[in-house]
Amino acid sequence: MRVDPAAITIEEFGRRLRAGEITAADLTEACLDRIERDAARLGAFILVAAGEARERARLADHELASGLDRGPLHGVPLSIKDLIDMAGLPTTAASRVREGHRARRDAAVVAHLRRAGAVLVGKTNLHEFAFGITNEDSAFGPARNPRDLRRTAGGSSGGSAVSVAAGMALASLGTDTGGSIRIPAAACGIVGLKPALGEVSTDGVVPLSPLLDHVGPLARSVADAWLVYRALLGDHAPRPLTAAPLAAVRLAVPRPYFCDPLDDEVQDRFEQALARFRAAGVGVADTEIAHSKEIAAVYTVLGTSDAAAYHGPALDRMPERYSPAVRLRLEVGRYLLAEDYARALNGRRALRRAVDAALGDFDALALPTLPIPAPVLGAPSVQVGRSTQPIRDAMLRETQLFNLTGHAAVTIPCGLTRDALPCGLQLVGHDTGRLLEVALACERALGRG
Amino acid sequence: MTVQEWREWARADAKRRQLPELEPLLESMAALLETLRTADFNPSPTPQSEPPEQRSAG
Repeated sequence: MRVDPAAITIEEFGRRLRAGEITAADLTEACLDRIERDAARLGAFILVAAGEARERARLADHELASGLDRGPLHGVPLSIKDLIDMAGLPTTAASRVREGHRARRDAAVVAHLRRAGAVLVGKTNLHEFAFGITNEDSAFGPARNPRDLRRTAGGSSGGSAVSVAAGMALASLGTDTGGSIRIPAAACGIVGLKPALGEVSTDGVVPLSPLLDHVGPLARSVADAWLVYRALLGDHAPRPLTAAPLAAVRLAVPRPYFCDPLDDEVQDRFEQALARFRAAGVGVADTEIAHSKEIAAVYTVLGTSDAAAYHGPALDRMPERYSPAVRLRLEVGRYLLAEDYARALNGRRALRRAVDAALGDFDALALPTLPIPAPVLGAPSVQVGRSTQPIRDAMLRETQLFNLTGHAAVTIPCGLTRDALPCGLQLVGHDTGRLLEVALACERALGRG
Repeated sequence: MTVQEWREWARADAKRRQLPELEPLLESMAALLETLRTADFNPSPTPQSEPPEQRSAG
């Protein structure tokens, strides 16, 4: 049976699967066809597990026919960022440093997905060791934006976002240390969820910063992100996600720092989304977050120190195996002082209090996910409003704070630029489940989902 | 070690290690360290930076 793997959601597939209109084998084959056709030019995958995926899909169909239903992810083709262990396969982290690695067991999150009946189609491309947000520095070449191959897919989970946006999987598992789920999701026009810190296991995931690392889904809809998120917690029979009543939702918009400067078109799409929310009855008010001007300093000192601590021995033994840009940024971390790390920990606590205070009684913060549309690959800097900023600074500006504070954060698509490049709207809250109820309502107010 | 001293030490060591490409990154990091060290979330033992209510106590 023919199916468009770039259009179908997990929810819709589940309905059609159980109605006997489609099989897991049909959908898996459609995804593998897309991989065969497009994955190389998009730089989406590092390893495709076609044989195992076909076998798992057939098993899923057989199980369902035999009366065994594993839940919402039964027979659903998913991809896995190649920073996450799958037993028997290499975890390359997109680096030559990892040559010869083979995972002895599944990461905890992969084990959960297998128990949920998911069909894992392969390992996706990323910025080397997840230490970057453009996906340019990968031993396997860059991941390219399906909307415009000259542009970045965002990173570090760039291949994951491409795989979902281009119909190679219905959802993907990514990691997020400063925005690495939300940034590529926004750049590619899909949903990306960073659950609250510590909710989802990072066992079996190559670390970047234990303080800041999160694992979460990239998906086509908020409802699909919810289903994958619940599976990652071991909940294979989740309650249906219900949208928060729009008239009861209250959003706070942190204007200073986060909304100034923005690319003009990003700002327009963001303001139009807020206007749609207001028209639907949502309460929208401005707020500000204390210590915002110190976010980049706190984040960079903690993240770079942690990364240098992990990579130090390999930097000494095999520096030539790192891509030059990644190696240099790791080397900087080796010069940082313990006293500055302690100051950054003070800053992290202060920022957590500041975000809590800004959230107050609001349901969520609302802000852009990226201040710019996906930039051209190789560009060292970008124009944001009237200022020119290094690409890395600009792309992390809206997201890195919530890795420091550990709040749940999700990006949903909120429109396209004149060049058809996606813009993302980020929602941030205390509780992941409540946040997704609000995100579902907002998604519907924007005419999606 | 002041940020200026840190910058000079790091630059000298990077030069010794034949990593001159580190210099612009170290400059950027020095700017971030200035921001971090002057932030008002840092506690300090000096009386002038204590909150007023603590300044008059004991």
